[in-house]
Amino acid sequence: MRVPLSWLREYVDLPAGVTGRELAAKLIRAGLEVETVEQLGADLKGPLVVGEVLSIEELTGFKKPIRHCFVNVGDANGTGEPQEIVCGARNFAVGDKVVVVLPGAVLPGPFPIAARQTYGHTSAGMICSARELGMGDDHDGIIVLPSHYEPGTDAIELLELVDEVLDIAVTPDRGYCLSMRGVAREAAAAYGLPLADPALLDVPPANSYGYLVKVADPAGCDRFVARTVVGIDPAAQSPIWLQRRLQKMHVRPISLTVDITNYVMLEVGQPLHAYDKSRVDGPIQVRRAEAGEVLTTLDGQKRELSAEDLLICDNSGPIGLAGVMGGASTEILDPVVDQETGAVVGSTEVIIEAAHFDPVAIARAAKRHKLPSEASKRFERGVDPEASRAAAQRAVDLLVLIAGGTAEAGVTDIAAPHPVRTITIAADLPDRIAGLEYGRETVARRLQEVGCSVAGGDLLEVTPPTWRPDLTDPNDLAEEVIRLEGYDNVPARMPTVPPGQGLTPVQRMHRRVGVALAGAGYVEVHNYPFLGEAAFDGLGLAADDVRRRTVKLVNPLNDEEPALRTTLLPGLLAAVRRNIGRGNTDLALFETGLVFLPEAEQPVAPRPAVDRRPSDEEIAALNAALPHQPRRVAVALTGERLPSGWWGKGAPASWADAVEAARTVARAAGVELTVRQGQYLPWHPGRCAELLVAGTDRVVGHAGELHPRVVKALHLPERTVVAEIDLDLLTADGELQAQGPTVSSYPVATQDVALIVDAAVPAAEVEAALREGAGELLEAIRLFDVFTGEQVGEGKKSLAYALRFRATDRTLTADEASAAREAAVAAALASTGAVLRGA
Amino acid sequence: MSAPNKSYDPVEVEALKPEEVERARDEAVAAFAAATSLDELKQAKVAHTGDRSALSLANREIGALPPHAKAAAGKLIGQARGAVNQALAKRQTELEAERDARVLVEEAVDVTLPYDRAPRGARHPLTTLAERIEDTFVAMGYSIASGPEVEAEWLNFDALNLGPDHPARSMQDTFFVAAADGSPDSGLVMRTQTSPVQIRSMLEKQPPLYAVSVGRVYRTDELDATHTPVFRQVEGIAVDEGITFGDLKGTIELLVSKLIGDELELRWRPSYFPFTEPSAEVDLQCFVCRGASVGNPDAPCRTCSSEGWIELGGCGVVNPRVLVASGVDPERYSGFAFGLGLERILMNRHNVADMRDMVEGDVRFTLPFGMEI
Ligand SMILES: [Zn+2]
Repeated sequence: MRVPLSWLREYVDLPAGVTGRELAAKLIRAGLEVETVEQLGADLKGPLVVGEVLSIEELTGFKKPIRHCFVNVGDANGTGEPQEIVCGARNFAVGDKVVVVLPGAVLPGPFPIAARQTYGHTSAGMICSARELGMGDDHDGIIVLPSHYEPGTDAIELLELVDEVLDIAVTPDRGYCLSMRGVAREAAAAYGLPLADPALLDVPPANSYGYLVKVADPAGCDRFVARTVVGIDPAAQSPIWLQRRLQKMHVRPISLTVDITNYVMLEVGQPLHAYDKSRVDGPIQVRRAEAGEVLTTLDGQKRELSAEDLLICDNSGPIGLAGVMGGASTEILDPVVDQETGAVVGSTEVIIEAAHFDPVAIARAAKRHKLPSEASKRFERGVDPEASRAAAQRAVDLLVLIAGGTAEAGVTDIAAPHPVRTITIAADLPDRIAGLEYGRETVARRLQEVGCSVAGGDLLEVTPPTWRPDLTDPNDLAEEVIRLEGYDNVPARMPTVPPGQGLTPVQRMHRRVGVALAGAGYVEVHNYPFLGEAAFDGLGLAADDVRRRTVKLVNPLNDEEPALRTTLLPGLLAAVRRNIGRGNTDLALFETGLVFLPEAEQPVAPRPAVDRRPSDEEIAALNAALPHQPRRVAVALTGERLPSGWWGKGAPASWADAVEAARTVARAAGVELTVRQGQYLPWHPGRCAELLVAGTDRVVGHAGELHPRVVKALHLPERTVVAEIDLDLLTADGELQAQGPTVSSYPVATQDVALIVDAAVPAAEVEAALREGAGELLEAIRLFDVFTGEQVGEGKKSLAYALRFRATDRTLTADEASAAREAAVAAALASTGAVLRGA
Repeated sequence: MSAPNKSYDPVEVEALKPEEVERARDEAVAAFAAATSLDELKQAKVAHTGDRSALSLANREIGALPPHAKAAAGKLIGQARGAVNQALAKRQTELEAERDARVLVEEAVDVTLPYDRAPRGARHPLTTLAERIEDTFVAMGYSIASGPEVEAEWLNFDALNLGPDHPARSMQDTFFVAAADGSPDSGLVMRTQTSPVQIRSMLEKQPPLYAVSVGRVYRTDELDATHTPVFRQVEGIAVDEGITFGDLKGTIELLVSKLIGDELELRWRPSYFPFTEPSAEVDLQCFVCRGASVGNPDAPCRTCSSEGWIELGGCGVVNPRVLVASGVDPERYSGFAFGLGLERILMNRHNVADMRDMVEGDVRFTLPFGMEI
C-alpha cells in the first residue's frame, strides 16, 4: 500500500513539520511494515510553469519531425515575451496549455535545463512530458492541461510534484490498511490526533426502486450495494488532482469512471465495480457458477469457470468474477472521438457495485484463476462490510461532481444479517500477557482507538469494528493494547527455567562426529537435498535400485531435480566438482544431514481438528505418513590427502582414507566397526569396504574408491574415494561405555611374525586369528608390512605383524612369549591357512 | 725399571726426585692446556697419564724404595697425579662444551619453514553457530529438540493456527510433497519453519517446557545473495505458568547480547504470525552503518539497504489456539516462541556478504571458521 503524505494529511491533521520518515518510524513501531519512504520531486527545481502554445513551425530536413514553438509563459521568464522552444513531440496544438520548464530549472535525474542552440534555433527550455517530470513511466507524450489554467502558473504545485510516499507491506491481518482510511486511523492513533473518517458520509437509505439485484448465495455475498448514475459526460476527464493521486499510488489513470472507482477503493478500502448500465441485460444476480460456464474477463482472457466460483450475472450469463475481476461485456467503454462528428463517445450511465464477498471464496477464485487483483487482495484480507454504502456514495458524488452525471434516486442495499461479534476479555489480560500493568482505563481507551466499543468492568465486553475481522480472540485485543502502548515500553525480564538435562547423548555424538572429522582434516559442506534421476544414473545404479525410490516434490525449484536425496553422495560429489572448478584440487569434504526414504506404505497424513489435542492414534497416523528420515554422514576425498613438501613425498587420497574416515566416525560415536570386503555401487567392486557394527550383521555404510565408470560419468578426478554411513543405524544400540584397562608395569616382550597367505584372505581375518590364538598375554598387535612378490609366490601375500606380549602380574619369560606367539601362528594357520614366512 | 733394592735411597732414584716429579706434572698440565681438540687431549692423556708416562714410571719406582721412604715418595707422586687428573678433567669438560656448542650450531634449522603436512579441516560456520546458540540456551536450562524436515501439513500449518485458507499460508512459498500416486494430496510438505517442532515438543511433554530447535527449513525462493531455498532457523519455545511478553524480550536480548554483543540497539515491531498473538519482529541495528545511511543517499549502506535495521526474526506470545491444538491448557499456561534466521545472524556476526557462499561448499569459505565460532 502506497501512502502519499499529502493525501494522508486530509484525514489526520499531522503537525506541519512531520516528515515521511518520522511518520514511517511511528507506524513501524505500531506494526505497519513501512518498506520505503519515497521522496517525490526531491531533486526538482523550478521554474516549471503553465505555458500556452502560441505558434508551431514544423521544421523539415531532419531525421525526425521537429517543432519550433513560441509559448506564452506569462511573466515567469521575467520579460513577459513569448518563450522560444524547440520540441520533438507532436501531441499538442496551438492554443494548448502545456507545462514548460525554463532555463535554470533542474528536472529529476538530475537534469539541469539551460538555453541552447539546436536545429538552427534557440531553445530556451522544454515542453515537458509526464515521464520527464517523474510522474509515471507510461507517458511519453507532452502533458496537455485543461484550458482554464493561466500561463505562468507554478506547475510544481499544480501537479503536486513534491511529495513523500510511504510504501507499506501490509500483513494479512491488517486488510484495513490497504486503504488511506486504515492507514490514517493508525497515524491518528500514533500521534494521538482525531481521524476525519472518509467513510463517514450521508447516505440515503435503501429503497425499493434501486437497480434490481438478486443474491442467490448470501453466504458468498453478504452485502450488495448498487447505485446508478446517468448522464455522464464521456468527454469529462479525470482532474489533475485525481490523476496525480492515482499516479502516486502506481495506478494508471484510464478513464474518469474507472479512475473514480479505483480512487474510492484506495481511499476507503472498498473495491468497487462499475458496469456500463446500457450493456447490462436485466437484473444483476449473484450466484455460484454452473458447470461449463465461461466468462471473458476485463483482461480479455476467456476463463472456464469452476462450480465454486462466485459470479455476478445478468440475463446474458456471467458478467463478472465476483470480487476478482469484471467481465468484458459490460465494461466501461474508453472514451473515443467520433471521426465524423468530433464528439467524444463512451459510457454515459453506470451501475456502481459495492459488495462484500466471502474472503475464502475470493481467495480460492483468485488462486484458481491465477488472477490476484487489487480487489481480490482486499477481499481476501477482509473488507469493512459497513463501508460499502459510503464507498458507493463517494463514487456517486464524484461522478456527479466531476463527470457531470446525475445520481438516480434508487438505492439498492441487500444485506445478510450480521451477528454482532462480542469478545469477553479480562481487563487485566493485556497486563498478564505483557508482564506490565496498563490498568483498565488504558486498555479500554486503546481498544476504543482501534474502533472497538467497550463495556463492562473487570470483564470487558468488546465489540470490534467492522473493518477488523482479524480481531476474534482475547489475545488479539491484548495485542492491540500492547502494540499501541509500545513494545519498547514492555520491560524485559527472564523466566525462571527449571534445571535442564543438557544435551542428549545423541546430540553430543553428532557434535563429536563433526569435530572428529574436522580434526582429521575434513571440511564440512551443506548441500541441498534436491536431485533427479540423472544423479542416480551418474552413480550407475540399476533401474530397480532401492535408492531410486524417492520422495518427490509437487513444485520443485527445478524440474530436473524433483526428488529428495536418498544418499548424500550426489550433493557431496557436486561440491567436489565445484571446488575443483575453482582450483581447490586437494579435497577432503564431509556432510551430515537427513536422507528421505519412502516407506512401503504411504498413507495420506490426516488433518485432525485443532480445537483439541489430537488423539494418540491421530498422532501415530501423522507420523506414519512421514518418510523415514535418517541422519547420514558422508565424506569424499580427492587429490593429495597428505601434501608433498620439503619434508618429502606426500600421499594421494586412497580407499584406505575413506575407510579410516568411517572408523573415525565410529570412534567418535563410541561404536566399534567391523570392516569386510563389499560390492556396492557406486564403489569400485574390488575396493569397497562394507561397514558393520562389530558383533552384529548390521551394515551401516560403505567406504572406498568410486567405480571408474562413475568417476568418468561424473567428471571426477581418477581414484576419488567416498564413504557414507547411517548415523542412526550406527548408534542404534547406544554407545559403548569405555572400561578402565589394567595397566601393567611389567616389561613388554615383543615378537614379530611374517605370515604368507592367499592374496584373497582378508588381513582382518588373519589378525583376528592371531589375536584369538595369542590369548590374553597379547597386549597389542600391529600389521607393519604387506608384501607381494616372487619371494612369497604367485597369488600369495606376506603379512608382517609386531606382537606385544605382557602379563599383569609378572615378567614374561622368553619361553612364555614364544609359546604365545606360536599359538597365535597356529591359530592363523588353522583358520586362514597362513604359514610362517621362511619356515 | 729398577729392581727392589733395600739399600736404595730415594733421592738417589732420578725419577723420584721432587724436581723431576714437578717437571712431569707441569709438562702434563701444559700439554692438556695446549690440547685444542678432544683428540689432542686424548693423545696428551696417553702421553702424560699412560703406562709409559713419566709419572707412571716414577710411581713404579716406589716399590723398590726402603719402607721408610715409601710414604714420602708416594705422597709426592700422588699429589702430582691428582693435579694432572684434575687438569685433564677440566680441559676435557672445556673441550666437550666447545664441541657441543659447535655441533648444536651446525644442527640449526630454519624454523620458519612452512609445514602444512597434516591437512586442515573445519566445520561449517552454520553448524558451529547453531551449537553456540544451543549452548546459550542449554546453559539457561533449555533442552534441544528436533523434528523431521518432511513434515505433516497439520504440524507445519494447521496446528499453528494456519487453516487451509489462511492468507498466511500462501505467504510462505511451500514445497509440497507428492503422494505415492503422484498427486499433491499427501498431507506432507517440506517444513517451511521449525515451528512444528514446538507442536511436537508440546504433544510429547506437558509444561513446564523450555526447548530450542535448530534446523533446516525450505521455501521456494531462488538462490541469490540474500535468499536460499534451504536455510536454517533457530526456534525457541517456553511454556509455563505466568510466561509474559517481557520474558520473551529478556530472553531474546540475552541471546543477542551473548551472540553479537551489547553495542547494537534492538527494535521491537508489532507484526503478524498466526501462531503468536501478540506477535513481534525483532530488528538489530545495522552493524555497518548503525543507521547513518537512513535518508542519506550520499552514504548508502548495502548491508541494510539504507534502512538502518536488519531483521533478526519473528516471535511472540504463543497463541492460545496453538496451545489448545497441542493439548496444553491455555487457562493455566502461557508461552512465548521465537524463530530467528541463522544465515542472517552469521552474515551479521561474521561479515558474510553473500549467502551463496554458505551453500556452495567452497573450502576457502569454510576453513577460516575452524572448529568453533
Ligand atoms: Zn546499514
